Amino acid sequence: MNLTLYVWRQKNSKDKGRLVRYEAKNVSTDMSFLEMLDVVNEGLIVKGEDPIAFDSDCREGICGMCGQVVNGVPHGPRKKTTLCQLHMRHFKDNDTLYIEPFRAKAFPVIKDLIVDRGAFDKIIQSGGYVSVHTGGVPDGNTLLIPKHDADTAMDAAECIGCGACVAACPNGSAMLFTAAKVSHLAALPQGRVEAARRVCAMTEEMLAQGFGNCSNHYECEAVCPKGIKVKFIAKLNREFIKAQMPGNESCTGRG
Amino acid sequence: MLLPTSTVGKKIMMAITGQVLAIFIFFHIAGNSTIFFHALNGYVVALYKLPLFVWGGRLVLFLAFVFHIWYGTVLKLENHAAKPEPYAKTRYLQATFAGRNQIWTGVIVAVFLIYHLLQFTFQVTNPAVAADTHPDALGRPDIFMMVAQSFRQIGISGVYVVSLAALGLHLLHGIQSSFQTWGMNNERTLPVIEKTGNVVSVLLFFWYCAIPVAIVLGLLKG
Ligand code: HEM
Ligand code: SF4
Ligand code: FES
Repeated sequence: MNLTLYVWRQKNSKDKGRLVRYEAKNVSTDMSFLEMLDVVNEGLIVKGEDPIAFDSDCREGICGMCGQVVNGVPHGPRKKTTLCQLHMRHFKDNDTLYIEPFRAKAFPVIKDLIVDRGAFDKIIQSGGYVSVHTGGVPDGNTLLIPKHDADTAMDAAECIGCGACVAACPNGSAMLFTAAKVSHLAALPQGRVEAARRVCAMTEEMLAQGFGNCSNHYECEAVCPKGIKVKFIAKLNREFIKAQMPGNESCTGRG
Repeated sequence: MLLPTSTVGKKIMMAITGQVLAIFIFFHIAGNSTIFFHALNGYVVALYKLPLFVWGGRLVLFLAFVFHIWYGTVLKLENHAAKPEPYAKTRYLQATFAGRNQIWTGVIVAVFLIYHLLQFTFQVTNPAVAADTHPDALGRPDIFMMVAQSFRQIGISGVYVVSLAALGLHLLHGIQSSFQTWGMNNERTLPVIEKTGNVVSVLLFFWYCAIPVAIVLGLLKG
């Protein structure tokens, strides 16, 4: 099939950037979206032009590296699918596709469709860990975890940190990502101890990195390739309220 | 965290003040519905026999409004700054028209509120029908006459219906949002709270509109 692409081209973080039109000819329906772009890039290289820069790594939907906004939807039109796992059979011949980078103040464009998602790492560094004594490997069943809690933690832990939630959010908020991390660790006994400190630190860091606040639009949930639910944002809010209770190290500074 | 600056703290301020205002919205129309039973003047007299309730309520509402508007503006500015560049193609999958325009429906409600207070509380927009200077046969301020004479003018009723639509849209997003902010949501309760919030918002809109509409249609006469 043949497609018309309008792709965001931006030389570097200083460049203003613009949409450039490309024709993608003879696209196989078996290609993934990224393979389609690879083919377009081969054509550009042959013509001596700068290929379109975009991120990818595993190309099997598990690493969270890929991500572009296709016709206004991060990761494209298919639910619970990363861009690398989106196949061209989900598009029609002669479709026109607008391909843009994830947009948010906290995700500056580095080049073309590549954005710097380092702000996510800063959020993780601020509290997305558990402090445990090192030593021998503990026995398998020393800490019994109810099935329900294990399931909750696993559901939240599915987040691959791709940033689509931020890209979709009209406020550029990272609440779904942050909530997934907070919920994941708070559901397990190893992470429970530091839950209050963690929720304060991570939400503070989220604002400090320039992400917006959540307005409960739930646009994030609709685009998340891993199906992370906004119930985790409610859980983050509960954790935050609990963190204000006396006896907890409550949130410092920003209160 | 008395005056919060954290992201969840600010949201909780929005939720608590919004819920206080929404509860008032319900009791306000419940009380005003005495108009359908020609008991509005009596209701108002009875209400003013409880000065502590009236003035305490006014204080709470005033504070709720101040904080709601303050934090709403702060959040809106921060959120706007966090998303500086729009997409060339925008497509919303879940975010509603009501939710995305929360600030604008809020502004309409605020402007309307000023007019509404000048009209029926301070009674300065039309002195000829001011209830405080026009008692009814029992010597009570003739609130009914004031309301009926005002709403008989189709323009005034129109302003009310439009403003009430803005309030309805505000609540359409606001009710469910406030429960999510309090963390009172999970996969099972979220759809129920969303639906209940929608039904309550729509019902409140029609209930409020019933008064001006009944008067314009001549169903409710003195
Ligand atoms: C009677 C009047 C009002 C009622 C009943 C009301 C109710 C609510 C409720 C319940 C919420 C949801 C809170 C949450 O997200 O947790 C809300 C949100 C909001 N309200 Fe109001 N409100 C009123 C007036 C106003 C006014 C006058 C403004 C002002 C400018 C305003 C601006 C906002 C904004 C911007 C939000 C969204 C905040 C966000 O981004 O999350 N509201 N309102
Ligand atoms: S919550 Fe979903 S959309 Fe957001 S970073 Fe994690 S996997 Fe990506
Ligand atoms: S490239 Fe790893 S998830 Fe798409």
